[in-house]
Amino acid sequence: MSEASVMTQPKAAANQFESINNVMLDIVDLKKVYPTPTGSYTVLENLQLQIQKEEFVTIIGHSGCGKTTLLSMIAGLNQISGGAIVLNGKPIIGPGPDRGVIFQSPSLMPWLSALENVMLGVDQVFSHASKKDRLAIAHYYLDKVGLYGDMQKKARELSQGMQQRVGIARAFALKPKVLLLDEPFGMLDSLTRGELQDVLLEVWNKEKITAIMITHDVDEAIFLADRVIMMTSGPSAQIGKIENILFERPRERKFIIEHDDYYHYRKSLIDFLEH
Amino acid sequence: MKTGTIDLPKNNEKSTFNIGLVLTNMSKKIWDGLKPKSSSKVIFTNLFYVSLSILLFFMFWYFGAKALYNIEANALIEAARKEGGDAAALKTSQCIYSGDLACKPNALPSPADVWNAGKSLYKDHQVLAASKAKFYTDNSALNAQLKATGQKTMVYTGRSSFIDKALKSLFTVFAGVLLAMFIAIPIGILVGLNANIKSMFNWIIQIFKPVSPVVWFLLVYMIVKTMSKSINMDKSFMISLISVSLCSMWATLVNTSVGVASVDKDYINVANVLQLGFFKRIFKIIIPSAMPMIFTGLRVTVSVAWMVLIAIELLAQSPGLGSFVWEEFQNGANDSNSKIIFAMFVIGIIGFMLDKIMLAIQHSLSFTK
Repeated sequence: MSEASVMTQPKAAANQFESINNVMLDIVDLKKVYPTPTGSYTVLENLQLQIQKEEFVTIIGHSGCGKTTLLSMIAGLNQISGGAIVLNGKPIIGPGPDRGVIFQSPSLMPWLSALENVMLGVDQVFSHASKKDRLAIAHYYLDKVGLYGDMQKKARELSQGMQQRVGIARAFALKPKVLLLDEPFGMLDSLTRGELQDVLLEVWNKEKITAIMITHDVDEAIFLADRVIMMTSGPSAQIGKIENILFERPRERKFIIEHDDYYHYRKSLIDFLEH
Repeated sequence: MKTGTIDLPKNNEKSTFNIGLVLTNMSKKIWDGLKPKSSSKVIFTNLFYVSLSILLFFMFWYFGAKALYNIEANALIEAARKEGGDAAALKTSQCIYSGDLACKPNALPSPADVWNAGKSLYKDHQVLAASKAKFYTDNSALNAQLKATGQKTMVYTGRSSFIDKALKSLFTVFAGVLLAMFIAIPIGILVGLNANIKSMFNWIIQIFKPVSPVVWFLLVYMIVKTMSKSINMDKSFMISLISVSLCSMWATLVNTSVGVASVDKDYINVANVLQLGFFKRIFKIIIPSAMPMIFTGLRVTVSVAWMVLIAIELLAQSPGLGSFVWEEFQNGANDSNSKIIFAMFVIGIIGFMLDKIMLAIQHSLSFTK
């Protein structure tokens, strides 16, 4: 890159800087306090976490420990009480499509078709692209999650599992910097959950979007993640323990379940949670 | 597996808004809503009890009307006896029982009277329609000439028939509901969106919602009377139209604001994540999500509008069913009472049908399974 182009493109310079330090998301001294009638309640305090580019992180912890609060603060949907969340060098101020969110309930507009639900975001993010290109993006991701034939169906006509597939397509189609998943498969039966984990991993393996996922499911946490973040119980929850999952990608469920390390990881997680 | 750009099946190509398709889907759904849903056996039992109740209703009416008729007839005979003795009483009673209309007692009409009144109203309509058609054929040449020279064409100004009046009432209520929609839905959306706007409008809603149709009519009359001095308009129609919408719009206003204020938090989160602009947020998320509530309100609006319309037309002398009822009552001809009861049934049936249509539209718009 010539010097002139660096001068005229400060963004490019920033990218150069980031490539040296490979952090996508930097959470520093994060604090969240909720006011209650009986005084303030500190959910999270002094929380530090760095997430690398192209990393898949799962967060596991007991109910009410502040996992969802943490995720919604990263999404910008919840105010920060103290500290900072820095995304790709810039502190987060509010919500934005650079952080794709897959909610616990599929949160599709029931009056729109699957395609229209995806297009709602695509039209917004790629407003400069032609209609044809935007449709192509939506079609591509709907195809990837296995809904190519059903995309004209209204969201209300789809099963929970299929709706969450649309949710995955919608999030990936925005090409976000970070993907935030808030127990996306929590409401599904275990068979559908397994299917959707495979779908998610398949798309993710292609895109390698930095992902943070909350889950209650120990097996899900291990199967999907590069790192499992275990949070202590609230109030003033923090990160208790981090387990690096070293299985190679792409992962095969059968291979992982039969692997010796799997039981080692599983024991580590369960010991922490039951502690 | 397909990658990149994908060739679409032809019928999937339109993701854009296709009004024809939407209308077909909607009319199909409305039809589904109107169709009976139960099995044939349930329908049959249901039908049996409905017929039974109709039969009982008419029997009650028939015998009740007969009893009232006899009281009136006896009173007439007694009055004649007092005035002219037994001979006059006999003459009156013979006159009454011969069925002569001239000395028919003025009482609650029987079902047969009402049926005959309906038939005579229909005959009257045919006569009037023929005379109207004749007027236009007779004057077609003249009208063409007037039109060519840019002058006002000749308009039939004869009496309007019962059916014309019913149509006029329907048109008034349709226009009134439309006006109510244009006032109530935008205000309802603003009220639902913003707490400050809500406190600005809340007292107005609370104070004016319970005001009686008659008072609304008087208020509108005061305003329209003055305005019609500078603007040329059909005064009685305008008054009834505006009064109807002012009486009926409150349900839509309140329901719209509640629907908008209670949009699912998840949808709002999606809108926040996508950073949708103000108008996109309103038209893509908030209004569709509030649609079922808006239509619940509109359904109430339509039924209130139809109910108050009759009273308001009566006061405004707008040539609809309301003024028909009032004119017949003032008229006091021997079949006036029958015509009033006939009009009552027509008003009730039209109201019922309007409500059914609104209910079907409401069902077609709800997005739960």
